[in-house]
Amino acid sequence: MRAWRDRALSVLHLGEVGYPEALELQARLVGCRRRGEVPDTLLLLQHPHVVTIGSAGGDRHLLLPRRELAERGIGLFETGRGGDVTYHGPGQVVGYPILDLKPDRRDLHAYLRSLEAVLIDALATFGITADRDETATGVWVESAKVAAIGIRVSSGWITSHGFALNVATDLSYFGAIVPCGLQGRPVTSVERILGREVAPAALHRAIAAAMVREFGYGRAESDEVPLECRQGASASCKGS
Amino acid sequence: MPQMGESIAEGTVSKWLKQVGDAVERDEPILEISTDKVDAEIPSPSAGALVEVLVAEGETVEVGTIVAFIDPNGSSDDRAQAAVSDDPAPAGSSSPSAEESAQTAPPPANTEVAEPSSGATSGAAATDDDPDCTTTTEERLRARSTPVVRRIAAEAGIEIAEVPGTGHGGRVTKQDILAHIEKTPAERVADPLQPAPQPSAPTPSAPAPPPAARPAPSGDDLWDRFSTEVEHPVFPVRAEDTVEAMDKVRRLTAEHMILAKRVHAHVHSVVEIDFTSVDTVRREMKEQWAKRGARVSYTAFVAWACSRILRDFPTVNGVISGDSVIHRGAVNLGMAVDLNPGLIVPVIHDADDLGLVGLAKKIVDLATRAKSRQLSPGEIQGATFTITNPGVLGTMVGMPVIPKGTSAILGTGTIEKRVVALTDPVTGGDSVAIRKRSYFSLGYDHRLVDGADSARFLSVLKEVLEDFPQ
Repeated sequence: MRAWRDRALSVLHLGEVGYPEALELQARLVGCRRRGEVPDTLLLLQHPHVVTIGSAGGDRHLLLPRRELAERGIGLFETGRGGDVTYHGPGQVVGYPILDLKPDRRDLHAYLRSLEAVLIDALATFGITADRDETATGVWVESAKVAAIGIRVSSGWITSHGFALNVATDLSYFGAIVPCGLQGRPVTSVERILGREVAPAALHRAIAAAMVREFGYGRAESDEVPLECRQGASASCKGS
Repeated sequence: MPQMGESIAEGTVSKWLKQVGDAVERDEPILEISTDKVDAEIPSPSAGALVEVLVAEGETVEVGTIVAFIDPNGSSDDRAQAAVSDDPAPAGSSSPSAEESAQTAPPPANTEVAEPSSGATSGAAATDDDPDCTTTTEERLRARSTPVVRRIAAEAGIEIAEVPGTGHGGRVTKQDILAHIEKTPAERVADPLQPAPQPSAPTPSAPAPPPAARPAPSGDDLWDRFSTEVEHPVFPVRAEDTVEAMDKVRRLTAEHMILAKRVHAHVHSVVEIDFTSVDTVRREMKEQWAKRGARVSYTAFVAWACSRILRDFPTVNGVISGDSVIHRGAVNLGMAVDLNPGLIVPVIHDADDLGLVGLAKKIVDLATRAKSRQLSPGEIQGATFTITNPGVLGTMVGMPVIPKGTSAILGTGTIEKRVVALTDPVTGGDSVAIRKRSYFSLGYDHRLVDGADSARFLSVLKEVLEDFPQ
């Protein structure tokens, strides 16, 4: 296994991707990464309105009945990441790092802390002072949650799932849930903090750069191949 | 429960991806665990069959806790059956003679609970697996016993917490639970750990024992445990480490080595043996033997020589048993075989009935079937003397452990060309020559085998091999 400075991070900008399609893509990439057919990969994308329930969650943190979620066009998925309930939707930057944590980053909590560090670093480039909360995973600005984190580590220490950073998110959708099961903790967004519009692409660049710094990659390669092309390559991992 | 990070003291089993009886591949995910914000798949450390699941979905256990057993033989049979029948058992270069393996086979005993690496984490975890806080720390500690003990307790309908534990940290050992079962219910009640009304009116000449004292184990018990029980110390797991349960061969080998070292008074003597004669015979006879389908290795010559002389050394071929010495009536040679990983010691019974070629064929046959795990239980039992060959991998001389139930083991070093000084027996003139030679070490139990016995044995062995009839 090469040192991290000899490894490259492949950053894929996927635009809007349906939640189940993103799950399928991640599952495929996890297999590819495990076999060494693709480098460490960061998927950056956004989801349509969707509520997801992690393994630690349950219906009790859904504030709206499932039927009403459906009526409002909000999808609902129970998913194999850690954590409780969260919301994804337009205006949010979702990042799914598919990394091989071997050999020297095999520590689940340390990985969570690293993802927090990446987002704190990225937000700092916009002049935002964000912080950790020792008692709750995620990234916080003045006790409001700006990013949620929930991950999965598959056999062979390959990561999937990741983080969701509110940039221009319509925060009223969080009213449908108790985010991460944390009662009484407000959510916020980059635009609300800054009081101005921010292009998601600017955050993508900041996050990719912060990933490179935090994990010590030698370089990053950006790619904007549309998702359809990647799905076409499903049999092999070539081109993914 | 593997260590998934430095600050992670426990994990919750969220889902079993495999069920008992399922075959699993090495690295195939067998369960999912979750800790704060993280779901993780746990891959199987080895291929085999999932034979026992110890932690149910939803349960939270400390890092290091054994959550399941995988039988590397791939059988989904009952573990105990597998232990006595299809797995030939452990072996080290001083491996268990299989008699012992059969006797000690069942115990997953010492493997079950790997202790947490720090006191702090164990405290935190202990509170969590008892949300109702209805048990005391001591009760929890004692209930944290081996799967074997838990199975015995369940079958007998006994609460483990009721049993006085004499193991590490008050844990209930197999002996404890068996002793508890043997007691009548009345005796159990009278146990000091279960305070109960004293029987009425003790006789004046027999004062009642101090009520709070745990019964001191008798000398017999202590000796029995000394010679049959092994508990391995626990060490902290570091972030970069991985943790897996010992497989059965490793577990039994580890126990056997400790017990053999505990009991035997190990001494080793080394002799250098010249293989020029054997080498000449091997070269000259090679084609003839090949026609008979035999490849006669150096090891076959050594086995042959040992089998010819062992009857003349009844202590080397014997064993101390209690206050007696058993002189074995047969010459059964244990031949250590490297399974990589693991070791096994198949046994050539009545080796002195076989000739050189017969021994050679038998050695090849046993080694082949040992590697494909096709030995019958009888073929790994009853060794009276063992030969191990560290030299096959280039080692110059080894100091092997004497297998339990025997008194000696021969370690053969690598055979290599050396420059030696020779004296012509006729003229008395010295010369320098290049000869094939090897160091042989004899590990012997000094309780039974005297130093002079071992020297005599080695010198006769040397003579037989160096003057091999050409």
